[in-house]
Parts: sequence; C-alpha cells; structure tokens
Amino acid sequence: MMRATDVPFVFKGCVELRQALDLHALDERELLDGVRAAPPDSIFFHTYGYFLRHRPFTTAFGNDFARWAAVELRDQVLAERLAVVDPFSFPTLDELREDLVTIVQDHVRGTDAVLRLPFARGFHFQQSHLVEVPLGPSARTLREFRDGLARVDASAIYLHMVDARARRGPGAGDFTEWVRASLGMEALAEKFERIDAYLQTLERVRGRLLNLVDAALEEGDE
Amino acid sequence: MSRIADYRQVAPQGTVEIIERLAEKVRGRRVVHVSGGRLGGGPAQILRAAVPILNDLGLDTRWEITGGDSTYYATVRALQAALEGTERVFTQEGVDRYLETNRLNAKKLDLGADFVFAHDVQPASLVTGRTGGRWLWRCHFDCSAPQHGAWTIFRTLVNQFDAAVFSLPQYARRLGVPAYILHPSIDPLSDKNRDLPPRELAVALAALRVVQDKPLLLQVGRFTRGHDPLGVVNAYRIVKKHHDVRLLLAGEAEDDPDSREVLADLREAARGDADITILELPAEAHIQINALQRAATIVLQKSVQEGFEMGAAEAMWKGQPVIGGATSGLAQQVLHDVTGYLVRSVEGAAFRIRHLLNNREQIPRMGAAGREHARRAFLLTRHLLDDLALMVHLTA
Repeated sequence: MMRATDVPFVFKGCVELRQALDLHALDERELLDGVRAAPPDSIFFHTYGYFLRHRPFTTAFGNDFARWAAVELRDQVLAERLAVVDPFSFPTLDELREDLVTIVQDHVRGTDAVLRLPFARGFHFQQSHLVEVPLGPSARTLREFRDGLARVDASAIYLHMVDARARRGPGAGDFTEWVRASLGMEALAEKFERIDAYLQTLERVRGRLLNLVDAALEEGDE
Repeated sequence: MSRIADYRQVAPQGTVEIIERLAEKVRGRRVVHVSGGRLGGGPAQILRAAVPILNDLGLDTRWEITGGDSTYYATVRALQAALEGTERVFTQEGVDRYLETNRLNAKKLDLGADFVFAHDVQPASLVTGRTGGRWLWRCHFDCSAPQHGAWTIFRTLVNQFDAAVFSLPQYARRLGVPAYILHPSIDPLSDKNRDLPPRELAVALAALRVVQDKPLLLQVGRFTRGHDPLGVVNAYRIVKKHHDVRLLLAGEAEDDPDSREVLADLREAARGDADITILELPAEAHIQINALQRAATIVLQKSVQEGFEMGAAEAMWKGQPVIGGATSGLAQQVLHDVTGYLVRSVEGAAFRIRHLLNNREQIPRMGAAGREHARRAFLLTRHLLDDLALMVHLTA
C-alpha cells in the first residue's frame, strides 16, 4: 500500500530576473572593493546563482568571480583559489563574503601589478529576483513525486535543492523536508540530504534524486 | 500566426509550461510596445514574433509606432548615435522638435495600459506625458559611453520611467531607476530560423547561385567597418593558402555613405577572385539568409564594435560553429572552444578557421553544442520568460 499524504508537494519553477548594479570592477583591487560593497543578494547571485546558469557543456568555474578571473583577467591562480569556494559550506552569506574578500585580498597583497581591463570586459555586479511559479499536478505519493520530478523544468531543481539549501542551511531542501515530514520516509530524506549540489549540473542532481526515489520504490519502502 | 503551443517542439522541456503559468499571473493586463517602426531587425524583429504570442497567452498586447517630420528623424538618429558614443552635433531646435512631435504622437496613440514598453530613443520622450501604468524603457544598444550632452538630455527622460531594461549589464548607465538585464532573442519558427526542407533549401541556394563544391565560409552582417568585412577577406586569404574554400559575404544593402564606401572597398578587395561572393540582400531576405547559414561550413561574425546582434545565435541554432569577434554581445553567444571561437584579430580568425578545417570532426560537435546553447539562452521562449517575469515582478 503506497503512502499518501494530505500535504501534497507542489513543484515550483523559477525565472531569474537579473538587475544590474552600478558597481563594476576593472581589476583585482576593484573586485575586492566590489565584493566588500555588494549587497548580499549580489553575492548570492554570483555564487549560488551560478548553478542555475551553468550548463554541462561549459567549463565549470564554481562561481562568477572565478570565471571572470580565469577568462578575462587570465589570472589562473586567483581563479583556482576562488573556484574552490563552496558556498554550501557557509552558514551565512556574510561568512561566504568574508571568505571571498580574504582570498582576493591575500592574492592582491602578493601581486606587484594588476591588469586593468577595458570597461566592456570588467566584472559587472548584478543581483536577481527569483520569480516563482507552481508547476504541474502536485504529488501526494512517492510515485507521483517521481513522475513530477522527472518532468519539471530544471529551474525547479534549483529552487527546491539549491536555493532552499542556501536560504535554510546545508542538507536542507524542500524535497528532503517533504519526504521526511509528509511521507515519513526518514531513510530517503537522509539520502537526499547527502546529495552534494556543488559543481553539479541541475540535470545531474535530478538524476541522482530519481535514482534514490526509484530505489525506494523498488524496495517497496514507500 | 505562431502560437505558444507551437514552441513546445523547439523550447527546452518545461519552458512553455512556465511561460503559461507566468502568463496566468498577468492575464488580462494591457501591454503596449512602442517603437520607431515595424520593419527591419532589432526590436521590430523581436516584437513581430512576441506580440502575437503575448496575445495568445491572454495579455491584451498592442504595438504602436511613433513618427514625425525629417527634423524629428534626423534628431532621433543623432541622439541615438550620440548615446552610442559617436560625436554628433544636434541643435536645441531639433531636440525641441523631437519632444514636441512625441507630445503630438502621444495624443494620437492609445497608450493606456498596465505596462508600456518604449523601445530605444524614438518613443522615449512619450514618458513625459505618462498617465498611468508601469513604464519601461527598453534600450537595445550599448549606451555605456555616450556623448555627455546627449546623456544629459536623455537621463532626465529615462529617470521618469519605472525601470530600464538593457541587453547586458555593461551596456547600462547609472540611473535613478532599476536597470534590468534581458538578452535579445531569435524566433526559431520565423522564416529566418525555421527548418528548411531539402528542396526549399536547394531552391533558395540555386536562386542565390551558391555553389557548394568547396567548404563555404560565411559572414552575414551589415557592410560597415564595425562588422569588419575587409578583415574577413584578409582572414580568408590567409586560409586560402592552405585550403580551397569559398567566402560569401552577405548583407543588407544600405544607403548611407559609410556602407557604400565599405562595399566599394570590399568589391575592390574581391576583384579577380572567383571564390569570393558579395551578396547585397533586401531587408526581407529571411529565407535566403536562413539557407546561407545552413549551407555554410563555418560562420564568421567578426565584429569589432560593441553590440548585441543575433547573427551568431542564428547560425548556432542551425548547428554551425561560429568564429566571432570578442565583443561583449558575441561573448555571450559564442562559448569559446565550445560552440566556436572568440578572436581579436584577422590572424586569430584565420588560425581558428584553419584549425576547424584541419579537424573537421569538431565542426558537428561544436555545432551541436551551439544549437543547445541557443535553445536555452537565445530563443524567443527565453525572452518571453524574462518579459513575463519582469511584468509579474513589477506587479507584485
């Protein structure tokens, strides 16, 4: 007998509406100033938001700062140092910002001369507004959840797995909370928690979630 | 006329569903787009596709145009050029005529709507007579380094809107209103981009007298210094020492003296080389451009001037690798070493062409990556997502 819940899961997709800020960096020192001065939503956009925009066929840089250092500044050392910053390992955006500031500051202190770029190739700080929309039929059973998960736009994976974790803490996420609280499937919830969304494409995260759900369905653990 | 359901076959999975759900949130709202004309590329090309679909989605959407006398158009052209960074002289009389003509336009046009989008310079001063709704200035060009005097005039207009919308963050200016970022798009079902059956493709190419006996290098774009067609010829000459290829440069015939001069230089440079073809096409040669982009082996877009023209995305949608100039707009479209190459010189373009011709297996691989990149980032469906999200956000 498949477990059903009175609290259905409603999949939501999102569109990232970008907003330009009047904050630009044309060299590494200005990048340092910018990371210090940017609003928290901008730090979020250039780190967590990277995973919404990253595609499987492009080189992974981990965040927009590392990408700019590698592609425009051609500073591979700074790019590598910034690329390993895992935003999911910081409990707050302020702590994530502090880590980024420390990396750029230490790097600039050890550099004699910094390359200055033309404006068009600078780092242009942005922030975004996520506009959310409910998608498809809601799920009351694990089978219905599986069907919805396989079908929804990839932005739903970002919203429920990446954005939710960023806002509420590592390991959390809307999928985890629903299977635990509404379906009472603690073992599956723990497996969801262990999925590492860092440096994975949204489709790969979807694939790993589907594998775990399929295994639970096969074991009759629903 | 295209309907949103037609786009399910080309958009990424789930995209049309999000468009429909977003549209539900603003269904019944009145939307007016105002531009300087209904012909040509840029905003007109996007609006031709978007307006019917927004209506199909349940938004009451209209498209109005402004007009005036020769002084009005001359001032608009001068203002636009000055905002794009070219030094221009314009008189107070001309500016006054621009403002007064748009006051008259406002009386003739039905601008009562929940959202009014004014595209580029020509309709921008309509905002001075705004009565209700949200007003947005949609800037399709790079105005990051304008002539100071022009910006002083224009800034006071832009700050009367509720928001501005730019194609890239580096194209924006410091403003007193929010500046949103929306990339332009291509309509995958238009004559310029739809699939062409083999027979239709063959007929179009035969009519253009395109011979497909050798690899074909193609650049489609205006005959201006900014598009560097002479640089393309020089790159071709370097390649020609090693590969027997043809070069085809196709563009819209324009009346302005700069274009005529470039075209004359180009014809001189091509004189005596039967493998170089220069095609002047009318503005409505959409199927012809579609056919050329499909027939090409490698597409070039060797611009040296900032701008967000969509030739690279059009070629990528047809599965072609693109070698593009390293401008901001092309850097968004061409993913270096993935969907093509970004180059900064004639030699760089020649090197990348030779590399692809010597490693032919990379051509379809890059073409396939380019098509997927275009599908996700530059189709009309993505543009509709952004437009609707903006309206929902401003309504919230």
